[in-house]
Amino acid sequence: MNTQTTIAGVTFKNPVMTASGTFGSGMEYSEFVDLNQLGAVVTKGVANVPWPGNPTPRVAEVYGGMLNAIGLQNPGIDVLMERDIPFLKQYDTRIIVNVCGKTVEDYVEVVEKLGDEPAVSMLEINVSCPNVKEGAIAFGQRADALCHITQEIKKHAKQPIIMKLSPNVTDIAEMAKAAESAGADALSLINTLTGMKIDIHKRCFAIANKTGGMSGPAIKPIAVRMVYQAAHAVQIPVIGMGGIATAEDAIEFILAGASAVSIGAMNFVNPYATVEVVRGIEAYMERYHVEKLTDLIGAV
Amino acid sequence: MKQKQTAMVVSQQEIAPMIYDMWIETDLAKTALPGQFLCVYPKDRSTLLPRPISICEVRQDQAALRIVYRIAGQGTEEFSHYGKGDTVRILGTLGNGFPVEQAAGKKIFLMGGGIGIPPMLQLAKALNKVTAQENIQIIAGYRDCRTFLREDLERYGRVFPATEDGSVGVKGNVLDAVTAEGLDAEVIYACGPMPMLRAIKRYAEERDIPAYISLEEHMACGVGACLGCVVKTKEIDRHSHVHNARICTDGPVFEAREVDI
Repeated sequence: MNTQTTIAGVTFKNPVMTASGTFGSGMEYSEFVDLNQLGAVVTKGVANVPWPGNPTPRVAEVYGGMLNAIGLQNPGIDVLMERDIPFLKQYDTRIIVNVCGKTVEDYVEVVEKLGDEPAVSMLEINVSCPNVKEGAIAFGQRADALCHITQEIKKHAKQPIIMKLSPNVTDIAEMAKAAESAGADALSLINTLTGMKIDIHKRCFAIANKTGGMSGPAIKPIAVRMVYQAAHAVQIPVIGMGGIATAEDAIEFILAGASAVSIGAMNFVNPYATVEVVRGIEAYMERYHVEKLTDLIGAV
Repeated sequence: MKQKQTAMVVSQQEIAPMIYDMWIETDLAKTALPGQFLCVYPKDRSTLLPRPISICEVRQDQAALRIVYRIAGQGTEEFSHYGKGDTVRILGTLGNGFPVEQAAGKKIFLMGGGIGIPPMLQLAKALNKVTAQENIQIIAGYRDCRTFLREDLERYGRVFPATEDGSVGVKGNVLDAVTAEGLDAEVIYACGPMPMLRAIKRYAEERDIPAYISLEEHMACGVGACLGCVVKTKEIDRHSHVHNARICTDGPVFEAREVDI
């Protein structure tokens, strides 16, 4: 059985990755799972300088999921390269670094620094965080802005780039095509859906930022639909995510057209989720006599 | 040791209105420290996130942990229905715990407010090993005469209750009790609502004594990855490189001067 998948010329031992922001830089979860078992670790969004993030409360539970507005708190690219990349290099897994910024120049600065690090296989460009006022989402909700930032980053990136798309748009296919036409090597989706929760007892917002990004199993049908639409709109590979809890969920995304999948919020609920999904995909392939994982991609 | 497990409930009872006392059989008891906490997961899949609950008491010989919690919502409501022999899904043991050695030979306040009282029990037990029992002054702030855990606490120190309605002990909060009873200390350990912890931080700073306060925040991962449960810090935090520390892993116990609350 061959569980390998290839995205923009980069081969992964299996299609299971971690969704950016839910797995730190792998260190915290390495106490629970063998990182060698994962297709890739996608690190938490990193900017050119440290970002303090939003006030608390930053997280809230909602039916079948959660809201978060962390605000992309991160220690900055220099710390990531000095501390986190060397940690991840000890493992036999691919490293994908998620990059965030407030201006195009911020993104380019990070992308250029990462160009000197061959251990980083790909860059995921976060243009879809709903919780940061400046930049980020502004690039991800208009096709022209998405085109512009993709082109600029592509000029400076040494590694293939994955544009991480926002689901908070009217037409995901249009956004997918825009990124592809601007030179994106792959797409990942969905980022979180903008939501809100109000505490009726305290009569205040459950999250200090008022709105937060919704994730968890409740959003999965929306994510599967969007992955299907995006994958059918473009020729470049798509990494699917949004509420994946089990191998069955992951296979749905793959059948919808995803070349790989990411586990996000469910890491919080089950710290062993990533490796359980890897094992479950193998069991599924064995049960249905699937020789190559790639035979399942977009098979519906 | 950090592990997610399905453990067995040994016993559970309601010890005050909405306050439950559960013993869990788990080998996590072998390494549990006072001030550490467990993440407890509801089984209902519509409520995904863990409920962080402090460890109230540890019995290493019986591999048992005690948690005392208040029903605050759907998740804790579910837990309250568990009985002997039921399973409970836990992740633990988490957090740093109280620095017991800082109390060696000293006169101490253990200040618990409401559902912040439970972690004081295991702490008081542990402090008996480093200082004389008459030095251990436990100031417990309750709403009313339902002074849960008071008898347990009395075995490990001198207990001074304070109640909001004045039905037991001093009328008022834990600091009112300190004033009314004319108490003093060289080290403070505290857990309770934020206004109480802010007042204790001021009290300790005015007297230039250390206060180790246990903080609470909504958590998602409990292991330091999601950055959901941060507290502002006075200095730049060594891990985050900004003025934020993670309550779940860098805390929940902080020296009050280190945090901006």
